[in-house]
Amino acid sequence: MAKQALPAATAAVTERPAPREKPGPLEYMRRWPLQLMVGLTLLFLYLPLITLMAFSFNDSRRNIVWQGFTLKYYEKALANESLIQAFVNSLTIAFLCTIVSVILGALAAVMLWRFRFPGKTALEGTLALPIVVPEICLGVAMLVFFARVMPWPTGLPWPFNLGAITIAHISFAFPFVATVVRARLASFNRELEEAAKDLGASEWRTFWDVLVPHMRPGLIAGALLAFTLSLDDFVITFFTSGPDTITFPVKVYSMLRFSVTPEVNAASTILIVVTVVLTAIGLQLQNQKPKEDKA
Amino acid sequence: MEQSWKQAKTAFAAVAAPPVFWLLLFFVVPLAVIWAYTFGENTGPITIDFTGTFANYARALEPLYLGIFAKSLVIAGLTTALCLVVGFPVALAIAFSSPRAKAWLLLLIMLPFWTNLLIRTFALIAVLREQGYVNFTLEWLWNNASGFMTLIGLQPLGEYEPLTLLYNNTAVVIGLVYVHLPFMVLPLYSALDRMDRSLMEASLDLGAGHLRTIWSVVVPLAAPGIASGVLITFIPALGAYLTPDLLGGTDSQMIANVIERQFKRANDWPFGAALSFLLMYLTFIAIALQALVQRRADRRG
Amino acid sequence: MTDVSPVHTQADKPASPVKPNPIISFEGVTKRFGKTIAVDDVTLQIQEGEFFALLGPSGCGKTTLLRMLAGFETPSEGRILIDGRDIAALPPNKRPVNMVFQSYAVFPHMKVADNVAYGLKMDGAPAAEIKTRVAEALELVKLGGLGERMPDQLSGGQRQRVALARALVKRPRVLLLDEPLSALDAKLRDQMRSELTSLQEKVGITFIMVTHDQDEALAIATRCAVMNRGVLAQVATPADLYEFPNSRFVADFVGSVNMFEGVLEKDEPNQAVVRCTELAAPVYLDHGVTGARGSTVWVALRPEKIEMHKRNGGEALKMEDAPAGANVVAGVIRDIVYLGSETNFEVELEGGRRVKTFRSNLTRYDQEDFTWDEPVWLAWHACSPAVLLS
Repeated sequence: MAKQALPAATAAVTERPAPREKPGPLEYMRRWPLQLMVGLTLLFLYLPLITLMAFSFNDSRRNIVWQGFTLKYYEKALANESLIQAFVNSLTIAFLCTIVSVILGALAAVMLWRFRFPGKTALEGTLALPIVVPEICLGVAMLVFFARVMPWPTGLPWPFNLGAITIAHISFAFPFVATVVRARLASFNRELEEAAKDLGASEWRTFWDVLVPHMRPGLIAGALLAFTLSLDDFVITFFTSGPDTITFPVKVYSMLRFSVTPEVNAASTILIVVTVVLTAIGLQLQNQKPKEDKA
Repeated sequence: MEQSWKQAKTAFAAVAAPPVFWLLLFFVVPLAVIWAYTFGENTGPITIDFTGTFANYARALEPLYLGIFAKSLVIAGLTTALCLVVGFPVALAIAFSSPRAKAWLLLLIMLPFWTNLLIRTFALIAVLREQGYVNFTLEWLWNNASGFMTLIGLQPLGEYEPLTLLYNNTAVVIGLVYVHLPFMVLPLYSALDRMDRSLMEASLDLGAGHLRTIWSVVVPLAAPGIASGVLITFIPALGAYLTPDLLGGTDSQMIANVIERQFKRANDWPFGAALSFLLMYLTFIAIALQALVQRRADRRG
Repeated sequence: MTDVSPVHTQADKPASPVKPNPIISFEGVTKRFGKTIAVDDVTLQIQEGEFFALLGPSGCGKTTLLRMLAGFETPSEGRILIDGRDIAALPPNKRPVNMVFQSYAVFPHMKVADNVAYGLKMDGAPAAEIKTRVAEALELVKLGGLGERMPDQLSGGQRQRVALARALVKRPRVLLLDEPLSALDAKLRDQMRSELTSLQEKVGITFIMVTHDQDEALAIATRCAVMNRGVLAQVATPADLYEFPNSRFVADFVGSVNMFEGVLEKDEPNQAVVRCTELAAPVYLDHGVTGARGSTVWVALRPEKIEMHKRNGGEALKMEDAPAGANVVAGVIRDIVYLGSETNFEVELEGGRRVKTFRSNLTRYDQEDFTWDEPVWLAWHACSPAVLLS
C-alpha cells in the first residue's frame, strides 16, 4: 500500500528510475516462493492446452515428436461432415439456450429481487438446485423425462430436432443467469427508480429506462455464462442426444473412444479459439461502462 | 424494500410465470419422475412398475456399491484438498498483487474454466500417457543423469522405465484437480480480496510472522470463502463422470460411471435412479455443512 | 441588551397568519410500518413560495412525510392536499411535485442533458421545447455547456445540480429535497446553502427540504417543522425555533443549551422566579410564564447569552436588570476550547454542575485572558432564559 502512495508523491521531483524496492509486507506476489507457485500452477493449467494446440499443426500421426508444420488435420476436420454438423449443432443449441436463459434468468432475478410472496424461500431453493445437483443426476432425469414423460418427436427438421437438448441446457443454465443478474440488482439504487417515476415515467418505462440499463452487465455476464455452459456440456447432452442430434463434445467423445486422431486436436483447437474469442468479446462488452457503478 | 406481490399482481404474474413454469415442467417434474423410479421395479425390458419397494436402496447399500461411494468420496476429498493446497497460495498471491497484474492473473485462471471440459481432459491425456510429455521430460532427465554418472566413472542408471500416469486412480485425481482448480481459486480470491488488510497489518505490527499471520488471521477470516471454495470443488468432483471415464482404469469407477452404466448399458433404471438420489443426498449434506460454517462466520460478524 | 423586544414566550407570539389557500396541507396524516408509527397524526400547512424545512433526528419520520408527498408511500390515515386537491389517488408519476433525491439518483447511463430532458420526454413535450428548456435549466444551475457529459465525469456537487435541474425543468408546484447537502463536503455545503436560497428566490417555486442538520435548516429555510418520533414538535421560523423553543426537545435539538430543572416559585404577568437546585441563585425572569405555581419547569439558557466575569476577591456582581442575588452564580473554569472565532468555556458551579458558555473573540489579544481553574461569575439577563413547561 505504501508503495502506491510513494511514487505519486515523488514522481514530480525525480524522473530517474527508482531503485528496485524491497517488496512491501503484504505484497505477496513479489515474493519468489509465491511467484514460483503461481508460475507452476499456470504451467499446469496451460501446458496441456498449448501442447494440444501446437501439435494440431504437427505433421505426424503419432503426435509426439515435432515433424513439421501442416494444416492437413484442419483440412480433414473441416472435411468431416458429421464433425461440422456436430459443431453447428453445438453453436445453435448454445445460441438458443443463451437467449431463452437470459430472458428466464432475468425475469426470475427481478421476481426474487422485487417481490415478497408466499413460498419465496422454497422457490429460491428450487432455483438454486440446478446449480448444485450433480450433472449426472440431471442428465438421467432428462433422459427419463424425454423418454417417458414428454417424448420429443423424432424426425423433425433441423434445428427443431435439437429441442430436447436445448430444453435440458436451458434448465440448468438459466438459474446461473438468475444468480448473476440478481447479484447485479443488489447494487441497484432504488432512488433511481423513484426518480424516474417522480419525473413522470410509468412502471413499464421505468423498467426499460432505468432497471434494464442497470442490469446490462449482469445480463451480458449471464449470457456469456449460459453460452459457455451449453457449449461445454457433455454429460447432460450425452443423455439427451440421439443419433441425429450429436453435439461437438459428444462427437469428440466418440472419436476419442475409437482412436486419438490428430483431427480431434484440430477440432479442439478451433473450439478453444472460438471460446477465447467469444469470452474476449463478452468481457469487452462487460467492461464498456465500468464506471457506471460509481454513480 | 421488497414489494408484496399483491400490490402489483399483473407485474408479478408477468415476471414470475415464465421462469416458474419452466422450472416446474423441465426441472422439478424430471427429478420427481426419477425419484418415483427409485421405488420402482423392472418388470419387462422397458416397463417399470412403481411398487414402492426399497430394494433399489437396499442394493445400493451392498458392499460393492458402498465401496464405490466410499471411493468417490475419498477421490473427491483428495481432489479438494489438493486444490486447496495449491489454490490458497495462488489466490493469496493474486489478491495481493498490483491491480493490473491482478486482472491478468484472474483472466488466466478463468480462461481454462471457459474451455471445454472434454477438450481439457483430452489435452491432459496427451501429457500424461506413457509417450507423453511428462514421461519424455523424466526420460531426458534420467538419460542425462545416467550420462553424467558414466562421465564420473559410475555405473549408468540403466533403461528408463516410463511411469504409468494414465488409466489409474492417480490419473483421475490429477485430472480432477486440473479441471477444478479454477473453481477453488476464484472464491478463495474473492474472500481474500475483500478482507480488511489492516487486520493483517495489525498482526504483523504486533509481532507475528507471515505464516503465523496467515494461519491465525487470514485463514479464520477467509473461512467462509474457503468453505464455499471447498464446496464448489467437492460437489462436481464427487459427481464427476467424464474424468474417471477417460483417465481412470477399470478400478477407478466413480458413482457417476455406475449410474451411467445402469441407464445406458445395464438398463436398470430404478437402481440407477436410487444411486442418483443417494449422490444427490450426499451433495445436500455437503451443502448443509457449508451453510453451517457460513452461519457461524456470519454470527461472528 | 436594553432594546429587548416585549415578546418573550411562545404563548405571547402572535400566531403566524394562516393564509386561506395553503399549497400543501397535511390533515391528520399517520403512517404505520407494521407496528411502528413513523408519522403520527401530523397536521401541517405549507404556503406558496416558502422554503420549508422538515428537521429532526434520524428516524423521526421527516423523510416518510416527504415520501408521502412525492407518492412513494401512502398514508395509513389522513389526507394530503396539494392546491386543495386530495392527491391520494395520484401515482408518483402524475403528481405536480418533483424530488431531488439524497443520492441525487442521476441516471448513470444517460448524458447530463438526457437526464434533465427525461421528465419532459415523459410529459411528451415537443423536441424543440425540450431542447431550449433543458439548456435553460442547466444554465440556471450553472452547468451550461456540460450537457454532453456523462454523470461519472461530474463531481458530487455537479451531480446534485443535475438532479436540481432535472426536477426544476418540469416546473413543479413544489420541489422536494431529501437531505440535499448531506453528501457534500463542508466547503461545498456552505456554498450550496446560499445557492439553494437564491435559486429558490429566482424560480419562485415552493421548496420543501428534509434535513437532520439544524444549522442547515436555520440557514436556509424560511420556516421549519421540528419532528420527533413521528410527531410535529414545533413549527416556526428559524429565529423563533432557536430563541423560543416550546419544549426541551426542541431547545436541545436546535443549537446548544444549558438546561436546568426547577420549580416555578413566582409567576406574575411581568415577572417570574424559578428556583433550580443546581443553581445557587434563583432565576429571575422579566415576564410571566403561564404555568401553575409550584410546578416543575425547565430553564433553557443558550451558552452565548451567559456573560462571564472575573471573580477576584469575591465581591458580588451587579447586573442592571437583575435583582440582587438573582441570575448571578459563582463557578470555576474547568475547560477551554479555542475555536478561532469564539472560545467555548465549561464552568463548574458550586454544586458540581457544569455550564457551557461561549465568548466571541472580538480582539486579537484577549484582554481578560481567562484561564483554567480561574474563579468566575456567570450572569445573564432576565430576558435571556426560555422557560419550558415540557
